[in-house]
Amino acid sequence: MSEQLEDDIIICRCEDIKLSEIRQSIADGNLSTEEIKRSCRCGMGPCQGRTCMPLVAQELAKATGKPLAEISLPTFRQPVAAISLGALAGGERHE
Amino acid sequence: MNDTADVVVIGGGIVGCATAYNLARLGAGKVVLLERDYLASGATGRCGAGMRMQWGTETNCLLSRESTRMLEQLPELLDVDIDIELKQGGYLLLAYTEKMAAQFKKNLQLQNSLGIPSRWVTPAEAKEIVPHLNTAGLLGATFCAKDGHCNPFKATAAYAKAAERHGVEIRTNSEVTGIEAECCRITGVKTRWGTISTPRVVVAAGGYSKQLGRMVGVELPIYPERHEILVTEPVEPMQDSMVMSFHHNLYCQQSPHGSFIMGIGHPDEPESFNTESSWQFLGEMARRLIEILPPLAGLNVVRQWAGLYDMSPDRQPILGPAGDVEGFHVAAGFSGHGFMIAPITGQIVAEKLLGLKTALPVELLDAGRFARGDLFVEPSVV
Repeated sequence: MSEQLEDDIIICRCEDIKLSEIRQSIADGNLSTEEIKRSCRCGMGPCQGRTCMPLVAQELAKATGKPLAEISLPTFRQPVAAISLGALAGGERHE
Repeated sequence: MNDTADVVVIGGGIVGCATAYNLARLGAGKVVLLERDYLASGATGRCGAGMRMQWGTETNCLLSRESTRMLEQLPELLDVDIDIELKQGGYLLLAYTEKMAAQFKKNLQLQNSLGIPSRWVTPAEAKEIVPHLNTAGLLGATFCAKDGHCNPFKATAAYAKAAERHGVEIRTNSEVTGIEAECCRITGVKTRWGTISTPRVVVAAGGYSKQLGRMVGVELPIYPERHEILVTEPVEPMQDSMVMSFHHNLYCQQSPHGSFIMGIGHPDEPESFNTESSWQFLGEMARRLIEILPPLAGLNVVRQWAGLYDMSPDRQPILGPAGDVEGFHVAAGFSGHGFMIAPITGQIVAEKLLGLKTALPVELLDAGRFARGDLFVEPSVV
């Protein structure tokens, strides 16, 4: 694949982050998934990085020469699926 | 390896980065910044991303006023090409009791006397500023249009980049395991990578500052306290202003990205290093928020997290030398509002360390005030 095409690949669908932006973030010195996430919002959307973070980890492994197993993924935070404030406010009363 | 520095800054949050930048800029010599994890991984990166000038003590007003002026032009000031996502949509502070209204009006007098453009607004005017605000029971509010939002990661990165350009060596993944002193003066800082010989350290480690002080026998009255926070999915811009209620103990703002960031303070939160999220927070946050801003009930929460406030007894920071050990300096105890006052704080701490005249008269924030009993407790903290 040509480099131009590759750069345009969407890595994070929720926040619309392209592969070129991930590579730029790594070039800027962000050498962990946690730092890349905070630098460009990759993985901060509703899916919480389920799609993009393994791809980001691959890019990091390539860039740093580390085995993929040594690249840790960011903390997965609650809630597991997006939930409305209204549902949360009423939750206990509807048990 | 002969590892030496003229000053070692401990802590890679915005305060540490701003201090290191100013030290290098003002000619402190070789400055090394040590960060346990990665930059902005502690309180800075976990904060609510707000900045306001509406405070109840003169020092907090001055620190935030100067810092706001600096944040308004930070990329130019630091000569870096980083957008810090500054949005000055204002802060609306809600008053629900006569006592609170009286305190707010007193605060306004103080703020206005220092040139801070805050004002009293009626419930009807508050509703013009935030149309979806439920004004039931509201006596009024104070509003400052120059308050707002700023991205903590980007602002920290801007300071780090500027610091490195001035020769600061930033070492991440470098937890401090010891501080060494001989005959009451600092001699070095230990990490698992080795010891750095240095005559001076600046502790900017937030809630961990007390532990670092104890390494050289300096007792800092700073303790960590968990505060929880959540963020929603992004939606179209609908709320320019931060909404803050000390009565409900909550704050809520829409970031330029479109997501809503909100948090509550818990009066019974114990001292601890706990940064776990709780399910209790979600329910409490949602119930209190919907009472004030009902239409937000339809927003989906995508993530929650927690961070540590570095609380001090009067909810104001400790800046400058502390204890009897020469070369030991502190920039901590920010009590939940360190991010927004970091720009001028970093400058003052550097000026104090170098024996220069400080940009603001902040003698009140010295470490000795607790022993003297000179406390001016900040009343306006969530």
